[in-house]
Amino acid sequence: MNIGFLLAQPFAQHALLAAALVAVTGGLISPFVVTRGMSFAVHGTAELAFTGAAAGLLIANNPGAGALAGSLVVAGLIATLGARPRERDSAIGAILAFGLGTGILLLGYYRGFATEATSILFGNIFGVSGSQLLILATIGLAVVAVMSIWYRPLLFASIDPETAEARGVPVRRLGLIFLLVLALTVTGAAQVVGTLLVLSLAITPGAAAQRLSASPLVIGGLSILFAVIAADGGLLVSFQLTNIKASVFITSISFTIYLLARLAAPVLRGRRHYHHEGHGSHRTAQGMPEPAAIADPAGTPATTFRPRGDPRTGPPPQTTYGQGQEPSHNPEHGASPPAGGAAARNCSRPNSAEPATVRELTLWRAETT
Amino acid sequence: MNRSGGAAVALRGATLRYGHHLIWQKLDLDIAPGECLAVLGPNGAGKTTLLKVLLGLLPLSAGTVTIDGRAPSRGSAQIGYLAQQRDFDPDLPIRGRDLVQFGVDGHRLGLPWTRARRVDAAIAAVGAASYAAAPIGLLSGGQQQRLRIAQALASRPRLLLCDEPLLSLDPASQQAIVTLLSRYHREHGTTVVIVTHEITPIADLVDRVLYVAGGRWAAGTPETVMTTETLSALYGSHIDVIKVHGRTVVVGGDEGGGHHPPGGSHHGHGHDPGDGGGGGHRSHPAEGGGRR
Repeated sequence: MNIGFLLAQPFAQHALLAAALVAVTGGLISPFVVTRGMSFAVHGTAELAFTGAAAGLLIANNPGAGALAGSLVVAGLIATLGARPRERDSAIGAILAFGLGTGILLLGYYRGFATEATSILFGNIFGVSGSQLLILATIGLAVVAVMSIWYRPLLFASIDPETAEARGVPVRRLGLIFLLVLALTVTGAAQVVGTLLVLSLAITPGAAAQRLSASPLVIGGLSILFAVIAADGGLLVSFQLTNIKASVFITSISFTIYLLARLAAPVLRGRRHYHHEGHGSHRTAQGMPEPAAIADPAGTPATTFRPRGDPRTGPPPQTTYGQGQEPSHNPEHGASPPAGGAAARNCSRPNSAEPATVRELTLWRAETT
Repeated sequence: MNRSGGAAVALRGATLRYGHHLIWQKLDLDIAPGECLAVLGPNGAGKTTLLKVLLGLLPLSAGTVTIDGRAPSRGSAQIGYLAQQRDFDPDLPIRGRDLVQFGVDGHRLGLPWTRARRVDAAIAAVGAASYAAAPIGLLSGGQQQRLRIAQALASRPRLLLCDEPLLSLDPASQQAIVTLLSRYHREHGTTVVIVTHEITPIADLVDRVLYVAGGRWAAGTPETVMTTETLSALYGSHIDVIKVHGRTVVVGGDEGGGHHPPGGSHHGHGHDPGDGGGGGHRSHPAEGGGRR
């Protein structure tokens, strides 16, 4: 079959464009999916697109709108029931099972062709209409906009939520925003390219990219690149080998990239380490604006003794005591003060390992002074 | 003692409860600008909780707290926060310098414009330039902690809150971290609050001690707080504070021995002019390459 002839066909152009749009949005969110450990959330929302579609079919004869509305409900449910990272996967599992069951129930009441709903699960990349392309492009733009606005705090919250919260990042709200973005992307893509491809384009590229770099921007770029190579590359191969479905090639290419990244990672990591050792000291030598403050690691004495009665700080000479010193049993607070007191004494016990530390410190001091 | 007027941090009748569980109560404390306060006490005594109150993450149950005369506001650039040390996952896809950059603009919206100069300065200030480009999870505990400190200091805070900054570090790294903190403290006149379970390594840095235990507290210089009388009154049972070779060792009284190792001491307070107070440590602890 002539590939030039195929590429001139609208269905082929639509397919390539749709695949690229899904790949770019998938590749964009993929590193965050991996860092936040939300692969199962991708899986869950992708499959629950089916339930949304069934509801949409039944109510308004519009599976696409149903899937999108359903995805937002699912995102809200996951955020509510799976707020803690530890319970998120089990919450998604519970929602997923119930959601699929509901989908089957809804489908039972539908009198039309069930393929309308089930095609959501598998998509049809060669049947993408102009309006579907428009939906994909809109979703893509929305995702790019949201990620551009919240990129830094989202990354901060994904890496170190405790410090991020102290720094004023709305960690929980960002978690919900990301879930909504995720659900929107995944569901929008699922009805065009199918659940299978969504998993392949929203999880794998980010996982591969993270093996090759530790720079967030490089990871983001690689992830999008890998997703586009897999999606459009797979399509182009399927134009040549028409008796095999495109999704086979797309998932295969995606997986191959992932495997290669896993294989290359140890090599890269070793080289990078070797490289940065020399490179880094060079960078120090350039001199920074005001590094002298505490920059020099070797120059000044390790610690400087400051007399206790430093007038600058003027600490009170005598001990201040807490009020409310009435011992343990305080009826107002029920059983808590004794618990506190007991806990206090018990908890201080494990520290009895400390003499060892003190001894080590003394030895170390002896060696270095 | 100054009224809240000139104090960097002022607590008045500060009380905190979780439900019916009393954490601490009627805490009255002024921390002067440029002072270094160590917060000591057993696990669960509400030391970290105190930091959360100062960060504006937790409201008091009763009483007031002010920082520079105002109520704490979440995310203030005036406050640097060094969260409790925990090693990052080896596969965490982020470099040391990205972690430091969070301290510069991690809370801001919009696309990441790299404020490279400020990030570089913060990294150089802690002497971490040679490994800042490596994945954070591959660095040693001491190296990670240096980068966290660079992050906490990147916004040039006037108040630095440290939660167990030396936990799970080897003695050499502990000494290096104390050096960093003490230099920054000294040169910028920063107010520092350090939550710790062990005062020994930071003894030279500390001006005053706040000791919390069982909902009660005592504050003063290390010499006045770390005494048999004070701690016994605090715990409500006899506690021995013994000076051994210039160190102060706290030994649990009525429960001593038993199922615990002999001595049962839980504090080594090593402010000891006798051996020079650690003033001559010039050697830079070996923190060279990555963990592997």
